[in-house]
Amino acid sequence: MLNNDPFIIDKTKYRSRLIVGTGKYKSFSECAKAVKISGAEIVTVAVRRVNITDKSKPLLMDYLNPKKIKYLPNTAGCFTSSEALRTLRLAREIGGWKLVKLEVLGDKKTLFPDMIETIKSTKVLVKEGFKVMVYCSDDPLIAKKLEDVGASAIMPLASPIGSGLGIINKVNIKIIKNKIKIPLIIDAGIGDAVDAAEAMQLGCDGVLINTAIAKAKKPLIMAEAMKLAVMSGRKSYLSGRIKKNTFGSASSPKSGII
Amino acid sequence: MTKKNKIKIKANGKYLLVNRGFTVKKLLTTLKIPSKKVAIELNEEIIDKSKIHKTLLKNKDKIEIVHFIGGG
Repeated sequence: MLNNDPFIIDKTKYRSRLIVGTGKYKSFSECAKAVKISGAEIVTVAVRRVNITDKSKPLLMDYLNPKKIKYLPNTAGCFTSSEALRTLRLAREIGGWKLVKLEVLGDKKTLFPDMIETIKSTKVLVKEGFKVMVYCSDDPLIAKKLEDVGASAIMPLASPIGSGLGIINKVNIKIIKNKIKIPLIIDAGIGDAVDAAEAMQLGCDGVLINTAIAKAKKPLIMAEAMKLAVMSGRKSYLSGRIKKNTFGSASSPKSGII
Repeated sequence: MTKKNKIKIKANGKYLLVNRGFTVKKLLTTLKIPSKKVAIELNEEIIDKSKIHKTLLKNKDKIEIVHFIGGG
């Protein structure tokens, strides 16, 4: 992307502002291809039991090398602080990961986060030395609170996880950007490249996308579309867009008209 | 049902009969699980992977072996 515009999370610089999830793909092979095309340097992963009866099952690590791409363990599916903490402590044990994505859900239907449990968990994790990227609601005061308790990035939802509804509350996202200093990454709800570009145009520092790529009819093409959209939206944001006017303003000079 | 030289443990929610004197490391080897790619919880406490070769399994132990899978 821009050479002088690095994306920094917890003191590490990244070139790509797109983070992708690795769930919902048809196969690990398709997932690995999509990740490569997307240009993402960070991927989210889930922690689950090893299948001890079917030993021939392939492992994610065989397709996405954690030495080449940063694994961001998440707590998807956790509904309490204690479940989330247990999951991330285990994740850290697998390979020393300190950068994690915290997600404590509060409602099975909307998958909205339980922010009381989330804030509680963030405090504990920060104390234990984790660098916590926090999935959260799009409430500016909650975002500020998370920054105050030591989160490494704020990741508000655009709309419910997997919904593809795009950014429902653009005003709140702009207010959050204005209130916090740590990276703001839109997580969940992105449906297409337009949504991804819009998130960047609003001033977000990055976008996290899973379903919109994995469940597109052609995931590999969508992976590229998202890569370009994030780059495009970022450049557009940095370039300083024109003011919106109610009336027209001619692009060609008036003088010299024949 | 437990035979004299066997103990019953619960691994990832499934009951297994293993030899008495089995270590956690031996269990992983038997299940063909690469220890580098997993984390292990024994009776709800995470165990240090550098110590699994000398951690003996006891009757009724509950062990959880987890790894990374695709997720958002």
